[in-house]
Amino acid sequence: MIETTIHRQNPMIDPAFHAWGWEIPVYLFLGGLVAGLMILSGYHIIRALWDKDRAHGHYVTAPILSLALLTVGMGALFLDLEHKLYVWRLYLTFEVTSPMSWGSWILLLVYPALAASALLTLPQTFPKLARRLPFCSRCAGALHDCPRVVQAIGFANMLLGVMLGIYTGILLSTLSARPLWNSALLGPLFLFSGLSTGAATIHLLAHVRRPDSGSDDFSDAVLSALVNWLRPPAPGHVGTQKLEHADNSFLTVELLLLGLFIVGLLSSTEVHQRAVELILTGPYAAAFWVLVVGCGIVLPLTLQFLQAQHRIRSTVVPALLVIGGSLALRIVIVAAGQASAWTVASH
Amino acid sequence: MERLSRRRFLKISAATFGAATAAAHLPDALRAAAAQGEKGVRTVATFCEMCFWRCGGIAHVRDGKLWKFEGNPKDPQSRGRLCPRGTGAVGAYYARDRLQKPLVRVGARGKEQWKAVTWDEALGYVAERMQKIKAEHGAEAIAMFNHGIGVRMLQHVLKSYGCTNFAGPSFAQCRGPRDVGFRLTFGEDVGSPERTDIENARCLVLIGSHLGENMHNTQVQEFSDAVGAGATVIVVDPRFSVAASKAKYWLPIRPGTDLALLLAWMHVIVTEKLYDADYVAQHGYGFEQFAAYVQAFTPEWAYPETGIEPELIRATAREMAQHRPATLIHPGRHVNWYGDDAQRSRGIALLNALMGSWGRKGGFFTPASMDVPDYPYPAYPKPARPKLDNPDKKYPFAHEALTTGIREATLSGKPYPIKGWFVYATNLLHALPNEAETIEAIRKLDLLVVVDVIPSEIAGWADVVLPESTYLERHDELNVEFFKHPFVSIRQPVIESPHDQKPNWWIARELAVRLGLERYYPWKHIEEYLENRVTGAGLDFAQLKKQGVIRGARQPVFFDEGVPAEFPTPSGKIEFYSTQLQEHGFDPIPRYTPPDPGPAGSFRLLYGRAPMHSFSRTQTNPLLADLMRENVVWLNAVAARRLGLKHGDWVRLRNQDGVLSNRVQVKATERIRPDCVYLVHGFGHTAKGLRRALGRGASDAGLITRYKVDPLMGGTAMSVNFVTLEPADAPQEA
Amino acid sequence: MSRYGMVIDTHRCVGCMDCVVACKTENHVPEGYCRDWITEVTRGEFPTLRMEIRTERCNHCDNPPCVHCCPTGASHVHERGGVVLVTKEECIGCKACLAACPYDARFVHPEGYVDKCTFCIHRVEQGLLPACVSVCPTHCMHFGDLDDPLSEVSRLLASRAHHALLPEAGTKPCIYYLT
Ligand SMILES: Nc1nc2c(c(=O)[nH]1)N[C@H]1C(S)=C(S)[C@@H](COP(=O)(O)OP(=O)(O)OC[C@H]3O[C@@H](n4cnc5c(=O)[nH]c(N)nc54)[C@H](O)[C@@H]3O)O[C@H]1N2
Ligand SMILES: Nc1nc2c(c(=O)[nH]1)N[C@H]1C(S)=C(S)[C@@H](COP(=O)(O)OP(=O)(O)OC[C@H]3O[C@@H](n4cnc5c(=O)[nH]c(N)nc54)[C@H](O)[C@@H]3O)O[C@H]1N2
Ligand code: SF4
Ligand code: SF4
Ligand code: SF4
Ligand code: SF4
Ligand code: SF4
Ligand SMILES: [Mo]
Repeated sequence: MIETTIHRQNPMIDPAFHAWGWEIPVYLFLGGLVAGLMILSGYHIIRALWDKDRAHGHYVTAPILSLALLTVGMGALFLDLEHKLYVWRLYLTFEVTSPMSWGSWILLLVYPALAASALLTLPQTFPKLARRLPFCSRCAGALHDCPRVVQAIGFANMLLGVMLGIYTGILLSTLSARPLWNSALLGPLFLFSGLSTGAATIHLLAHVRRPDSGSDDFSDAVLSALVNWLRPPAPGHVGTQKLEHADNSFLTVELLLLGLFIVGLLSSTEVHQRAVELILTGPYAAAFWVLVVGCGIVLPLTLQFLQAQHRIRSTVVPALLVIGGSLALRIVIVAAGQASAWTVASH
Repeated sequence: MERLSRRRFLKISAATFGAATAAAHLPDALRAAAAQGEKGVRTVATFCEMCFWRCGGIAHVRDGKLWKFEGNPKDPQSRGRLCPRGTGAVGAYYARDRLQKPLVRVGARGKEQWKAVTWDEALGYVAERMQKIKAEHGAEAIAMFNHGIGVRMLQHVLKSYGCTNFAGPSFAQCRGPRDVGFRLTFGEDVGSPERTDIENARCLVLIGSHLGENMHNTQVQEFSDAVGAGATVIVVDPRFSVAASKAKYWLPIRPGTDLALLLAWMHVIVTEKLYDADYVAQHGYGFEQFAAYVQAFTPEWAYPETGIEPELIRATAREMAQHRPATLIHPGRHVNWYGDDAQRSRGIALLNALMGSWGRKGGFFTPASMDVPDYPYPAYPKPARPKLDNPDKKYPFAHEALTTGIREATLSGKPYPIKGWFVYATNLLHALPNEAETIEAIRKLDLLVVVDVIPSEIAGWADVVLPESTYLERHDELNVEFFKHPFVSIRQPVIESPHDQKPNWWIARELAVRLGLERYYPWKHIEEYLENRVTGAGLDFAQLKKQGVIRGARQPVFFDEGVPAEFPTPSGKIEFYSTQLQEHGFDPIPRYTPPDPGPAGSFRLLYGRAPMHSFSRTQTNPLLADLMRENVVWLNAVAARRLGLKHGDWVRLRNQDGVLSNRVQVKATERIRPDCVYLVHGFGHTAKGLRRALGRGASDAGLITRYKVDPLMGGTAMSVNFVTLEPADAPQEA
Repeated sequence: MSRYGMVIDTHRCVGCMDCVVACKTENHVPEGYCRDWITEVTRGEFPTLRMEIRTERCNHCDNPPCVHCCPTGASHVHERGGVVLVTKEECIGCKACLAACPYDARFVHPEGYVDKCTFCIHRVEQGLLPACVSVCPTHCMHFGDLDDPLSEVSRLLASRAHHALLPEAGTKPCIYYLT
């Protein structure tokens, strides 16, 4: 028998460590999603350069959407800061050992990259808006005239996307005091989760911006999509099918990484075993198995597989599940990670 | 802020009769500080009153704000370091729940409804009621309950008035039985601070004394010195106390059976001839009867009573003998446990006598003090009737007044009625057993005056509540200590009171003036009184004010240093056999009576101290409350499992008389026997004004509806209550 | 170079929390918070028990993850004695350092910045002992330079059995407990 009494009652620390609420998971989720979108849209920007016949239409909204989502994510991060007025301090220094510092600088680079790709796709995304902003349209035109620049923008988006995606996981995994996060696989895991979410989002956008919706206006599209969203896309739509394939492969990799993450911790020290038990059998197990694994990965994987085989009607349900699962993954990992501690076993 | 409060202070003083201006009452440094926005750090030496140990400390004021209180290295009691309560003393100044103004009751008694009045009104009201009681029932019908050094000032005015009934919980609810047990044996008290030479003990036996939780500073310091020096520690406690965790032997005794253990120990020591034969031969009286008597009490006899294995009893007895005379069986302090307490204490005294530790290094020293003359007051009037707390010497060996005796007389009106209570610095509803009896007695009164610093439970029943300055804001009686090193220390104000609070001496003097007793006050300000006493002793008053402490020359404190081995008992010797006791029809050598078992399925309720709290007085102190916001009920882990309770569950305790406690969390622990539960005393406050503490934790006092009275000296044993546990809802906020 | 550390004698400590109050008054630690605290660890089963009482605080680790993860440099290692400090004007309150500390030694001050034990560097620089050390009634705490083999702390470590907290977390704590 070991009885440990800690006579300390600091807020956020006692009785169990809980410093991060919803803001950080939301930030990590949106960061991962944006990372996925950047990689996918970057890829398509490059690809569109030489594969002009293929429709890349449903990727064009991604950069603009990314800008918006990233800003919301940063907003969440800002809300979490306890000393908000000092936030500018992030940009007076670069701390090599701090993933957060890396992250804040990466984010600083992400914005221009996203802005460039958004500019590139503006005439396609919002033709009416673009017409009202002749300068932007002219710039976009000029960019399109320089394939090397377009290529650079595409590569930049992909590269920064990978960095951003990995960073969202590394941020946690370097906080070694929380054994659940003590895995280098968190970076790739969050990256692939971001990719699958990105693909799912574009999938969703494809529904939203179906070419036959006949509207140029984004908000109109959203409205009409809300009405029609469960309607299957035009049969044989090559883009969405590709997306389903892509999404399925991302999900498969994600599942694999998740498995490895768990096995890795289980085969580590007792502290890590206790930590991973929190999500396997402990207080976070229900959320983990049902929301993250079941609804977030296995179910959409199955549905999309069946859809691809044309055995069932194609809907946006799997895409929505993937997005929800990805948010749940961050929430569960952030919450359970905070609940994990070195002190558990050693007292 | 500073300015404002001072102006108010002045106004009130001007309105009150006969007072010199307030500014003249303040020491120079304070006056200067009040006059202009103070900058920098200044220090004032004073002594602590968070408990009755009276450690010397140095208070720091930074930029006009009370900052911290540290030990005074010149002071032999603190030795430069305070206990947590002393360090947290500044919290008492800042506590938001302090009493701020004099209050006069407007609602029914106990409803805590008052109106704030001026000091003049409050004291005028008190004086008028006192005159009425005196006229109708005589001055003796006004009794006072008091605790702490401040009582001397208030006792002075009441004695001048003809009152005679004064009692503090420090005797009948605290150390009384021990002092009686030791008096009967050695002819002298253990005293406070205790005359124990813990630092030099090679073997220290603690029977209940939970040093480390009981934070009487010098004792704890010496205890840890002894531990550090490798002394053998033996702890007898049903609970694995902090002290037990430092011990070589922990004897988890069945509660209430300590006397059986003591007898078995003495049996081993006597039969194995391990005692100090020369010492006993030289100083002992009646040893033969004693030796014959203890023959019967073998460890095997004690085993079923105490639950302590015979071999463990033998091993510990031999270990004690091995280190004698530096074997100190600590006499304890709060010893009102089971009703046989004076006799159990006598057992402890006798065991010490066998070790030859009285008067020896590592045992008991003979305290020394400095010669400081009393203030030359006029003689008090002779009370018309004798004290009534112990009529006809019902408790023949009570050498101090009994609080519970005064309470009983108030209830019965015999031998004469008591119509007025003054209560100074004692929260009777937490300090005396059986709250209901105290409340019944209060209902018989024409006047209840409570002088306190916070709106305590007892203040809640008062007709008049007088807010006292905390000790960091006031002067007080001089501390002329009896200790290993003789010294005198002074209490002086560090900072002005934040509201309309006044020091005890001012309250007493103002009351005296209203009672027409000016002739008992040749001094106007207490500094004159203090200076008179200090200079009368040939000491430098300015030096005392500066240093806080003046130490006298080291005097011999042990027999081998030249202290005469005198025992002021009837035989002039250490009484192994007490003819006094025999004459009064008591056992001349302690006899063991097994404790009453409780109702089946219930747990005996034990209680004690937490290091950061003093009784019921610190739970509103923001600094100390932060360290322990509420108490928990200690319950053996196996017993908890049996009851289906988990660590952290909320329960209420119900005692044998159906009294239900406030809700409290379970500490399911291996650290206590399965037949008892344990609460830290002082929690479970019910007074509405104690906002920080209200409803937090459970009150042991509330559950102590039964008590046993020690037939020798009238002490009230309180560990005779039993409780069961009932699940309770968690509080909303948690 | 000097390396400040503490050596705490668990035999003497009684868990009275004087060190905690002293820190609160010395450093104006806000109500409801503490920079140091007491941990009691009891092993065994009734009646065969052992208990260790420890006064704990930031370990001023030699390999401080809280410093490594800080994005602004607010958490840093002071040039004197390797003390780990937080510059409140640089802290954004991101709480990464809270999550990084395996000892839960940090907290967010109500004013928004992160706070923790400073080893009372303001006192140490004046030649005084840290407040908690200087008040402890049992004299169980020792403070000094671990790099100086002649210091009291070094001598205690050389002569008595000791342990540090969570050495497996790899932080190289500078507070040792004599057992
Ligand atoms: N922090 C702090 N320190 C204080 C005080 C305070 O309020 N706060 N008050 C001071 C005062 S005035 C006093 S009188 C002292 C009181 O302090 P002590 O004299 O040390 O207190 P006790 O009530 O004798 O002891 C309580 C201990 O006795 C154990 N006990 C209970 N029943 C039995 C039994 O049947 N047999 C044995 N052997 N042990 C038993 C309990 O488990 C507990 O550990 O503390 C002083 N020190
Ligand atoms: N149930 C139970 N009863 C006990 C004990 C127990 O452990 N359990 N312990 C017993 C023992 S050992 C003792 S010594 C007694 C102690 O009994 P008390 O001395 O009565 O102890 P407290 O309950 O702290 O009550 C002290 C009161 O004085 C007030 N006070 C504090 N400082 C000042 C001041 O400077 N001036 C004025 N005017 N008032 C002040 C406090 O606010 C509080 O209301 O209790 C005894 N009774
Ligand atoms: S023992 Fe503690 S509370 Fe009592 S006088 Fe000394 S410092 Fe004050
Ligand atoms: S002050 Fe000293 S004895 Fe008390 S808890 Fe702190 S370290 Fe331990
Ligand atoms: S104890 Fe925690 S806060 Fe202190 S230096 Fe080590 S990791 Fe940092
Ligand atoms: S909370 Fe402050 S000190 Fe901690 S890592 Fe963030 S910026 Fe640094
Ligand atoms: S060293 Fe100073 S800051 Fe650190 S715990 Fe001790 S008193 Fe507090
Ligand atoms: Mo007491």
